[in-house]
Amino acid sequence: MQNSMTTSESLVHARGLTKRYANGFTAVDGVDFDVRPGKAFGFLGPNGAGKTSTMRMIACSSPVSDGTLSVIGMDPRTQAREIKARLGVVPQIDNLDTELTVRENLEMYARYFDIPRSVADQRTKELLEFVQLDERAKDQVEPLSGGMKRRLTIARALINDPDLVILDEPTTGLDPQARHLLWERLYQLKRRGATLIITTHYMDEAEQLCDHLVVMDKAKIVAEGSPRQLIDQHSTKEVLELRFADQTRDNLNGQLDGLADRIEELPDRLLLYTANGERTLEQVNERQIPIESALVRRSSLEDVFLRLTGRSLVE
Amino acid sequence: MTVLAGSGRVWQRNWLVYKRLWHRSLAFGFLQPILFLTAMGIGIGALLTPGDLSAFGGVPYIDWLGPGLLAAMAMQTSTFESTYPIMNKIMWGRNYEAMLSTPLGVRSIVFGELAWSAFRIGTLAAVFLVVLALFGIVRTPLAVLAIPVATLVGVAFSSCLIAFTATQKNDVGFSAIFRFVINPLFLLSGTFFPLTNLPEQAQWVAWATPLFHGVQLIRGSILDQLDPLTAPFHLAYLLVMFGIGAYLADRNLTKRMAG
Amino acid sequence: MTAITQPVQAGPLAEAWSRIWRARRLVERNIMVYRHQWIIIFSGVFEPIFYLVGIGLGLGGIIREVPLANGEVVAYAAFVAPALVATAAMNGAVFETIFNVFFKLNYAKTYDGVLATPMGITEIAIGEMLWALMRASLYAVAMFVIMFFMGLVLSPLGILMIPAALLVAAAFAAAGLAGTSYLRTVNDFDVPMGLIVMPMFLFSGTFFPIELALPEWLVTIIQFTPLYHGINLIRGLSTGIVGIGQLWDLLYLLAFFAVSMWIAINQMERKLIK
Repeated sequence: MQNSMTTSESLVHARGLTKRYANGFTAVDGVDFDVRPGKAFGFLGPNGAGKTSTMRMIACSSPVSDGTLSVIGMDPRTQAREIKARLGVVPQIDNLDTELTVRENLEMYARYFDIPRSVADQRTKELLEFVQLDERAKDQVEPLSGGMKRRLTIARALINDPDLVILDEPTTGLDPQARHLLWERLYQLKRRGATLIITTHYMDEAEQLCDHLVVMDKAKIVAEGSPRQLIDQHSTKEVLELRFADQTRDNLNGQLDGLADRIEELPDRLLLYTANGERTLEQVNERQIPIESALVRRSSLEDVFLRLTGRSLVE
Repeated sequence: MTVLAGSGRVWQRNWLVYKRLWHRSLAFGFLQPILFLTAMGIGIGALLTPGDLSAFGGVPYIDWLGPGLLAAMAMQTSTFESTYPIMNKIMWGRNYEAMLSTPLGVRSIVFGELAWSAFRIGTLAAVFLVVLALFGIVRTPLAVLAIPVATLVGVAFSSCLIAFTATQKNDVGFSAIFRFVINPLFLLSGTFFPLTNLPEQAQWVAWATPLFHGVQLIRGSILDQLDPLTAPFHLAYLLVMFGIGAYLADRNLTKRMAG
Repeated sequence: MTAITQPVQAGPLAEAWSRIWRARRLVERNIMVYRHQWIIIFSGVFEPIFYLVGIGLGLGGIIREVPLANGEVVAYAAFVAPALVATAAMNGAVFETIFNVFFKLNYAKTYDGVLATPMGITEIAIGEMLWALMRASLYAVAMFVIMFFMGLVLSPLGILMIPAALLVAAAFAAAGLAGTSYLRTVNDFDVPMGLIVMPMFLFSGTFFPIELALPEWLVTIIQFTPLYHGINLIRGLSTGIVGIGQLWDLLYLLAFFAVSMWIAINQMERKLIK
């Protein structure tokens, strides 16, 4: 490729990146980020935060409204075709060719990339093994399960041996077993040195897969760092979750004051952010506050998100 | 719930969907016969000399053609409504699955859909008859009989096609039905030209096919030419076809929804 | 075209050619799909044949002769058959581009997957047009062959009916592609099919000479519509009665194709790039 990397060590480089739709809605409002090669980069945020719009701009399927964006050292405005030749895209909703068989889906996709037949055949075979669909190669796509379709979409995105793989909510709507299988495959992909960009509104997914995260809310980036850093910066080590009977909760009147760094009130429970959950629970009991149930757990990205936006990730 | 009440619910569900589109459906119900009658009736009529008209029993070509088109419309509309929309409710939209998880049974679905088909064809036939009257083609008050006969043609085709649709895994087979069954019936059932000029064997073939009987009955009632000798045979053919179709539709859909 | 599909280097001609060349991938994709559903394509061959038998021969047994524009008289079947070559081209092209492209555009989201590759909007539009053209040509050429063996091609010029039918097919493929992007739900199919395709099929001189049967004002309106020109061109070549009128038909169809294709590409861009 004649294009050298303009921003050193950055596969995707965005400054002031903005997406405004024709109806005036601003989906992405001046965000800055850099995706380093060989890492898994995550966009975490609730539905409507602007994750998918950002992904679509990176994938050159949506024009940039404002700001600068470079993808693999190229400009999506003028070099969309060259960029797309080196990307793998897994969209939020599978757009497989349901009238074709599993293998034909990969063969056809290879042709869109002008991959020579012999290379395409070899990669099709390897990829079907990689996503564990080699036994279904001759089957039509339609009757496959959701997890299988998702894996086929991922195999399809890898057909051109991409420098960068973009996955938009790769496991949304899948059952736990299918999700774990998919995570395992994506982890393998990462180990092979692939660069991944993943959007998700599942904190466990972000924690499992991502080396580096940006948290998005209402079209903006509200925090950035590794999952561990984000938790350390924006939350306490542990969380004590308390449930009360309705009247008790209404009549708490500050009885919990001073027990925790911070208290979040959710509709069904209270979250007490503290360095030591067990210790805090003892203190609650010492004050003889009648609780229905209590749970001590480690802080998660969910708590980070709650702290930053005042809302839950999955509503 | 009785089968009858259940059928009523299925009919009602179709009505709720249709309610938003009925004006458009009726507008096309008016437009289509007007276009066909003007083009084929007047256009082709202009090519016929008065001597040629003896082939059409001495009536103007447009008068002869109009009732035949009414019968053909009943066939085409009911066929279309019993393929893609039914397939949608079986597998793409899975509406039947949802219905069957309520007290409704397969038989209610079949009769509800047939009742719906009867309603649709009946209203379209009435609209068509109004157009024929406007063109001055209707000869007798007995012409209103064309509405129930067209409805019978409609449900006879609907029942057979629901039976067929219930056996299909995708919509590929529909193309074959339209091209190899419906289209030849449309063109070769005595709709556009009289079969009396054809060799005797061809006339026997026509007697074996369903649309021919509908065309004969409807043309007979509108032009006041019903033949009391053959009319019962035409009617019996359509009734038997409907009976067999309904039986097969019930059987095939039961099998499909169980599997 | 917005910047997103615009390349940097290469001259405009070389670029245009490379897009047309890449468009063949869409044709390959459709062939791959129809290998599983060949009956859908194949059965379409019979539609104009049934019309020829039912109307051309059936009514032809009674009508026998039709006067042409220049006063010459031909058998009714020889009058209808060339028109059916044109309508076969139209129907094949429109059916593919209205129904199938609508489905791919709105439900299967096939093009979103294609656009994630180096393929662009222009390639998709040209590829779909070419595929519809191929499908429609199959029907038109099949009809031509049948006509030929039935002795209904009256002039050696008749061989030119094939390229003429390809032009008609291309024009309607492009028009269908342009039109389908305006449809929102499956209920909207009534509009192009019931208000445009069906009336054209009936009123463009397929089954009777419109000058003979219709009022002058209506004839004038019809002369602005594309199928009329397709039929006039193909019937002229089939009967060997060719004049300046056929040149106009040719120019009309070329212009109609170009404008439709331009609208199709722009509409698909509007629909797919957000």
